Amino acid sequence: MSSFRYLPMTDEDQVNMLKTIGVSSLGELFADIPASVRYQGDLPIEEALDETSLLKEMSRLEKKNVHTKDYPSFLGAGVYEHYIPSVVNHMLLRSEFYTAYTPYQPEISQGELQGIFEFQSMICELTGMEVANSSMYDGPTALAEAAMMAAGHTKKTKILVSEAVHPEAREVLATNARAQRLELVEIPLKDGMTDIDKLRSSLDENVGSVLIQYPNFFGQVEDLQSIEEIVHNEKAMFVVSSNPMSLGVLQAPGHLGADVVVGDAQPFGIPSQLGGPHCGYFAVNKKLMRKVPGRLVGETEDRHGQRGFVLTLQAREQHIRREKATSNICSNQALNALAVSISMSLLGKQGFRELSEQNIQKAHYAKRKLKENGVPVVYETPFFNEFVIQLTKPVKEVNESLLAEGMIGGLDLGRFYRGREDQMLAAVTELRTKEEIDRFTTVLGGLI
Amino acid sequence: MTQSNQPLIFELSKSGRTGCSLPDLDIETQPLDDLLPRSYQRKEPAELPEVSELQAVRHFTALSQRNHGVDTGFYPLGSCTMKYNPKVHEDIARFKGFAHIHPYQDSATIQGALEVMYRLQISLAEITGMAEVTLQPAAGAHGEWTGLMLIRAFHEANQDYKRNKVIVPDSAHGTNPASAVVAGFEAVTVRTNDRGLVDLDHLKELTGEDTAALMLTNPNTLGLFEEEIVEMAEIIHEAGGKLYYDGANSNAILGIARPGDMGFDVVHLNLHKTFTTPHGGGGPGSGPVGVKQDLVPYLPAPQIIKQADRYVFHYDIPESIGRVKPYYGNFGINVRAYAYIRTMGPAGLRKVSEFAVLNANYMLRRLEPYFDVPYSQHCKHEFVLSGKRQKKQGVRTLDMAKRLLDFGYHPPTIYFPINVEETMMIEPTETEAKEVLDEFCDAMIQIAEEAEDHPEIVQEAPHHTVIDRLDETKAARQPVLRYEKQ
Ligand SMILES: Cc1ncc(COP(=O)(O)O)c(C=O)c1O
Repeated sequence: MSSFRYLPMTDEDQVNMLKTIGVSSLGELFADIPASVRYQGDLPIEEALDETSLLKEMSRLEKKNVHTKDYPSFLGAGVYEHYIPSVVNHMLLRSEFYTAYTPYQPEISQGELQGIFEFQSMICELTGMEVANSSMYDGPTALAEAAMMAAGHTKKTKILVSEAVHPEAREVLATNARAQRLELVEIPLKDGMTDIDKLRSSLDENVGSVLIQYPNFFGQVEDLQSIEEIVHNEKAMFVVSSNPMSLGVLQAPGHLGADVVVGDAQPFGIPSQLGGPHCGYFAVNKKLMRKVPGRLVGETEDRHGQRGFVLTLQAREQHIRREKATSNICSNQALNALAVSISMSLLGKQGFRELSEQNIQKAHYAKRKLKENGVPVVYETPFFNEFVIQLTKPVKEVNESLLAEGMIGGLDLGRFYRGREDQMLAAVTELRTKEEIDRFTTVLGGLI
Repeated sequence: MTQSNQPLIFELSKSGRTGCSLPDLDIETQPLDDLLPRSYQRKEPAELPEVSELQAVRHFTALSQRNHGVDTGFYPLGSCTMKYNPKVHEDIARFKGFAHIHPYQDSATIQGALEVMYRLQISLAEITGMAEVTLQPAAGAHGEWTGLMLIRAFHEANQDYKRNKVIVPDSAHGTNPASAVVAGFEAVTVRTNDRGLVDLDHLKELTGEDTAALMLTNPNTLGLFEEEIVEMAEIIHEAGGKLYYDGANSNAILGIARPGDMGFDVVHLNLHKTFTTPHGGGGPGSGPVGVKQDLVPYLPAPQIIKQADRYVFHYDIPESIGRVKPYYGNFGINVRAYAYIRTMGPAGLRKVSEFAVLNANYMLRRLEPYFDVPYSQHCKHEFVLSGKRQKKQGVRTLDMAKRLLDFGYHPPTIYFPINVEETMMIEPTETEAKEVLDEFCDAMIQIAEEAEDHPEIVQEAPHHTVIDRLDETKAARQPVLRYEKQ
């Protein structure tokens, strides 16, 4: 018996097939590979495992990780733990979805296509934009693509990015800007927000886009309305990167004049998984529809007038345009986009608003509790579900104490911002119970 | 598949319904106005659909029934490697210790995850014959771009700024020239000769002081091994350029020939093809990149390294091209690929490639009498047919693809590569049994006969799908890209 359950070839099949081909051995089929580059011997990788041993080995590895289902976590900083209804996973495991390729044959891919059309529609609803694509790799690469699109559209070579944008997103952006020989200028912070005066003085006629995060990396809500006016006065494009979970309570960037809204929809139904795969989204207004990177699903009909969905406006994409494409993206995050639309469908209009509100309430409760326990909070400006805590010793040490108490503390801001080693960025989502928040704030209080 | 039209989830919505259950808030709340200035508050709620849990379940189940996946039936989509996606990987990726870990946890609390990444880096380096591998890129195209940025960094570190061209064969995947441009290069095209291989004379003509790299798929997208790979590597290396391997489809070479030994300097892999991670209807995937020693200094940080008995994130890569992705790549996908490598081992991986190639050649020879075969040598894991003969009867390759839908198959890739007329690109993969290949070939042969005798059957196909051919022109001329409430 073959020991490989994924390989159905029998010895008898092999003999018959070689006969049909007209060769006497498998080796003949590889005769075109020059002997000098043929690999000799066995690859030095581990020997095959049967299914039971595989599961044992993978659970050995899994058990070496502390996970957020057992340890209440106050980490956010771009990756958030939220309620994921059971239904999401059950639907994702419908293998007609996950074992399919990109829907190139619409007649047998209507499920995927319609699912993505619904995703696009929901992203438009959340962001207040007119057009959303079928997904990007993640929030930061979506942001970088937005800046590249703006540079191409405006023919201007300078990008302004706020220092309150996620540091790793700025790193990805810098790699992209170098590739395209674009100039990247960072707008400094003022009280944990984008310094609006500095933004104004940095803007000139060479700026193609201004990139702002909303809520920003420190959890603060940027004043998009004021920024929008300044940006558009200089005819630059206004790009907003937004945590879509916040848009249940916060004004939609699209209603505040953003030209492009991007971000990561991970908070809707996608587990953190060490940071990927998540689900970037990309939304614009109609005038930019033909500049968008990646796939778009559109509605149409067959000859009987029956509604159906297809990949459309493909003249932007690499498989048609090759070196003239708007982006090189091909595979995106389709299955995760489906997870997002299943989640949003389950939440619905009321549920989404309520969930968003629970986040803002819980985070503000935590802030009040910290103050009661004598732990200062750095900023007093409006925030959503994250804020910065001032400690009296390095976050690293504090997090060790929290871990000993069975909790995962927030982000050490010193990791990204020099001089902030004693500041913790804490996220408090709806999953944190009163008891957990009280415990967290008490431990921190005891360490002050 | 079901026949009825499935309404949009928005059309099922009725005010007052919900499909989720949130806990009551267990804390003292404050009025929203005290937390957020009025002007910051959302005024028009997002119009998400309002459905019950069962309605949502029925809706998405209905959608799934209107979709064809590998589990539904044969999916010989060339260049896409639609092999079986093992179920046990879905279980493993959902283990709490893999699914619910945060990228900013202290590395001491995620040693198991780091070990998976470390071992995967090493296994992929061995399989490709490279010195080191980064797991950051999210997909094939992203890997291509990363690899080309590494090559650019290498040239620039040598004060070599004139290398602004990347040579790409006319048969290359569209992402190759697109990635070259996004990495700041100009893409130039090298011709394919009458054996379906890179035209060496043309390559020599194009290669020079301005050559940054040659991007090559090998076996190429026609399914043919570039026999003169050693000579090609010499031409490029002598001119000071680098060799890039598009390893999206490496299903023919596992344990048989390594890109590193062929002379390639950089390689990307699509774990969502060769290494069985599911395509998910278009992603998420994972596109690790491997490099030879002289490109290691430019890799994106962090790499995972082992110090004594601990696994750590290594950030100190001063000449790095910088980040290409937040955090550490698509970990959830990488776990699945690692499980696959552990399941197959060295002997199993080799068998994968042998059987993938055997399956493809078997189909090629069965179909050869009925279709034009532009290149007649043995193929590797996939092969290309041309529908030229059928076109004379007024039957296009597109028609034949649609007719295959009636037999319950996903058609081959069509009209790619672009250098063959009326292309059909067939990739059976090693996980399909001979009976499946035979049934599919029988269907293809029947269609070839129909094209002769009753072309209208093929021209008007499909006949048994939930929907007929869709009006793509209308979709593009009057784009409707979202639902809007009437
Ligand atoms: C040969 C080849 N190169 C590159 C790619 C791009 O890979 P991805 O879709 O993961 O970006 C593909 C997949 O479509 C491919 O077949």
